[in-house]
Amino acid sequence: MKPEDRSAPNLSRVYDVLVVGGGNAALCAAMTAREAGASVLLLESSPREFRGGNSRHTRNLRYFHDSGNWHLTGPYLEDEFWNDLLLVTKGQTNEDLARFAIRESKNIGMWMEQHGCRFQPAMRGTLHLARTNAFFLGGGKALMNAYYATAERLGVEILYEATAEDLEIREGLFTSAAFDHRGVRRTARARAVVLASGGYQANLEWLKQSWGPPAENFIIRGTPYDKGRMLRVMLDQGAQPVGDPRQGHAVAIDARAPKFDGGIVTRLDCVPFGIVVNRDARRFYDEGEEFWPKRYAIWGRLVAQQPDQIATCLIDSKSIDLFMPSVFPPIEAGSIRDMAARLKLDPAALDDTVQAFNAATRPGSFDPAALDGCATEGIEPAKSHWARPLDTPPFYAYPLRPGITFTYLSLTVNRRTQVIMQGGTPAENIFAAGEIMSGNILGQGYMAGFGMTIGTVFGRIAGKESVRYVVERLKRS
Amino acid sequence: MSSSVLKEADRVMTICNACRYCEGFCAVFPAMELRRTFTAADLKYFANLCHNCRGCYYACQYAPPHEFDLNVPKALGELRLETYAMFSWPSALKGMFRNNGWVVGLVAALSVAAVMLLTLLFKGHAAFFGAHTGAGAFYRVVPYAAILLPFTALGVFILVSLWKGVANLWRETGGQPLELRDLKAHRQAVWDVLRLRYLEGGGDGCNYPDERFSMVRRYFHHAVFYGFMLCLASTTIAFFYDHFLGWIAPYPFWSWPVVLGTAGGLALIAGSGGMLYLKKHMDRAPASVESFGMDIAFTALLFLTSLTGMAVLLFRETAAMGTLLTIHLGFVLGLFVSMPYGKFLHAVYRYAALVRHALEQGKGNREASKGNG
Ligand SMILES: Cc1cc2nc3c(=O)[nH]c(=O)nc-3n(C[C@H](O)[C@H](O)[C@H](O)COP(=O)(O)OP(=O)(O)OC[C@H]3O[C@@H](n4cnc5c(N)ncnc54)[C@H](O)[C@@H]3O)c2cc1C
Ligand code: HEM
Ligand code: SF4
Ligand code: SF4
Repeated sequence: MKPEDRSAPNLSRVYDVLVVGGGNAALCAAMTAREAGASVLLLESSPREFRGGNSRHTRNLRYFHDSGNWHLTGPYLEDEFWNDLLLVTKGQTNEDLARFAIRESKNIGMWMEQHGCRFQPAMRGTLHLARTNAFFLGGGKALMNAYYATAERLGVEILYEATAEDLEIREGLFTSAAFDHRGVRRTARARAVVLASGGYQANLEWLKQSWGPPAENFIIRGTPYDKGRMLRVMLDQGAQPVGDPRQGHAVAIDARAPKFDGGIVTRLDCVPFGIVVNRDARRFYDEGEEFWPKRYAIWGRLVAQQPDQIATCLIDSKSIDLFMPSVFPPIEAGSIRDMAARLKLDPAALDDTVQAFNAATRPGSFDPAALDGCATEGIEPAKSHWARPLDTPPFYAYPLRPGITFTYLSLTVNRRTQVIMQGGTPAENIFAAGEIMSGNILGQGYMAGFGMTIGTVFGRIAGKESVRYVVERLKRS
Repeated sequence: MSSSVLKEADRVMTICNACRYCEGFCAVFPAMELRRTFTAADLKYFANLCHNCRGCYYACQYAPPHEFDLNVPKALGELRLETYAMFSWPSALKGMFRNNGWVVGLVAALSVAAVMLLTLLFKGHAAFFGAHTGAGAFYRVVPYAAILLPFTALGVFILVSLWKGVANLWRETGGQPLELRDLKAHRQAVWDVLRLRYLEGGGDGCNYPDERFSMVRRYFHHAVFYGFMLCLASTTIAFFYDHFLGWIAPYPFWSWPVVLGTAGGLALIAGSGGMLYLKKHMDRAPASVESFGMDIAFTALLFLTSLTGMAVLLFRETAAMGTLLTIHLGFVLGLFVSMPYGKFLHAVYRYAALVRHALEQGKGNREASKGNG
């Protein structure tokens, strides 16, 4: 018996609220429902050590606030927030729900702190987002630890290694969930259910349906437990989907990263300072198109479209100190041909590519902090900024692969977070929060810290609304 | 990078430097962020800057069983122990850091035995087992000169040894001698020590003895630290009374040496006893097992020294005084003899690391951060 199993839940009873998932959205829902007086059972698919889904990999969230405080340097108001969202989603958002989410996020940091979250003052690594985003002291896992401790203290019953597999839905009403607990199939009954089980980005089979065989070579940046089982079950039961199934948030990360759970440290920020070549040692996209944070998220797809879904970013010693250090050391070589040998690329082809690129660069004043004038001339694809010849050994290389952060396909919900079925009727006692419904708001693109906002805001609403439903139903009977 | 311990510290800090989620916990991460790659000197400095609060273990998404198997407190703790052996002076005795718990225990036992035997040998049964009262009672058991001379010699040796150790650390971690004169850095470091800032874990304390945040270790340490300082003050005043004013111990209860000594002794008993209790109940996952012995021996020695000191005070009018006094002096001797070769080094080495940190942060950032998101 593991220590966390000492208080095994009583599965013969009917719980008020069943929460499926164990990340940010799930915990916010569970704590809120429990505080409203409901009995709550939470099923987390992972073992205790890996609890918290993708939320354990996060670092910050953004919320609407009228004025700065000790961890935010200034105000961030609804309209600015909305405009930022409009910009990244290019309009692929449900304005009503999105504005609602933004308004509901107002001063949410206070609620978080009351539930154990600890923020940190703006520090070196966080300054560029210090006004809009609040940073968790110790990161997302620290936040999850705090929430789990609070949930336990409140009396939420938690079962680890419990993966929901099916939902029993009779005449539109949820009655029970079948789940696997360390190989044993069991049933949990409840008056309402909150689905907060994340996206399906860890489900390679599903990814292959929309991305084809290349998905086999994707790296999953976060938890291996977000397989989208609940999303699948609900879609099969006739829930109305939202969000493009062919899209996912994918970035180019270090190809040496572990298949799952590599998290933030596998990111690479070197692309704007070098060139990126594919398996055939050819360049394929403008590496200096924009500031990196604005282009970060297109490179996953770009690499995914290359043969074998592999690419290499090549820089020289002039640039090695210009970006955040990353987890794996760069591959180093004294000449381009040596580098090609080391990377198992065709030496002549790589040499050609580098020479052609070097010849296309023009003198200019290089400035990593601005969209500088260092652009190439007469080469396809061009490099619009920060284009300096690769001529100062040692040369460094980082192998790149697509790393998928999350998927967009989601369950449609209303403001109460009730899941909307085909035809537009809401499922009365089935609620959804977090990544599993984020496609309503984030139909495209990504905005740093907004995933956690969606989970916190709609997790709380789902907690509240599920209890409201239970109370009303008990009154009726 | 020679030893496997250094290699592990390098691997761990390289991962942290790509992540930086823990930068709000302590001084190690801001120091790390000033560098892109780490030299052995940097890592040794980080190891002594780490306060072993364990916040970065429980907060780490890469902690075992994750395949990165990241355990910063353990990695830095193991390196810290190695640096003690590396820097301490005279280096011929660095073998004492192997099985330090047993070595220190043995030193303490031998010290107690030596004081008792010598007393019996030179002063005889009557002095040892008789009741003594009035001025000079203690010295009838152990003569004044027999206390003063060895302890003065020992004191000088300890100071030289600690200073050499700090100088080694300073040099080996890339410090300039002149930098040690920066008063602002010392002020910052003293303040960090007095409040034990980096056991605050960013506000709610450290994760000791287990995953929960708690100030209890910090409070116990305050009791030990300030208790130790009070005892030192008590001894210094007593020395002054005796040597310059001609007032001979024992002193009445309401005198500075006894009041300070009693307060300090009680604080030490509570603090070190509490620390031993916590140690027994701690979650061992983030701990460097190699330094258990050293930690426990030092803490236990403080506990026994203060406990026997209190016993002397309590029973100084009785026939047990001789026995108790010799045992107490034995423990004091053991504590001081083992000082330059045990856990006490953490005080001076951490202090030096804090000074270096204050200097470095004052100078500003060598590398501006490129952000995260
Ligand atoms: C590396 C990385 C960094 C990120 N950084 C940030 C950031 O700084 N700020 C930000 O806002 N967003 C960030 N994101 C996005 C963010 O992680 C998500 O938006 C957010 O965590 C989603 O929360 P959630 O609760 O919906 O899902 P998750 O946190 O993924 O939780 C889903 C939970 O459901 C469980 N589960 C899944 N299926 C089942 C089942 N069938 N039965 C039982 N349990 C199940 C999983 O084990 C998991 O615990 C980051 C993502 C990654 C990968
Ligand atoms: C510069 C001054 C000091 C600093 C910064 C400091 C810091 C610390 C820290 C951070 C710890 C806990 C982590 C660890 O080392 O494992 C600790 C433990 C300890 N310290 Fe100190 N200390 C200082 C001085 C002292 C002094 C003067 C004493 C007593 C004479 C003392 C006695 C102890 C003891 C007994 C422990 C417990 C060891 C354990 O439980 O493992 N410290 N100190
Ligand atoms: S200990 Fe873990 S979470 Fe903290 S900075 Fe290091 S890698 Fe990141
Ligand atoms: S254990 Fe505490 S003091 Fe040491 S590095 Fe980690 S957070 Fe810093």
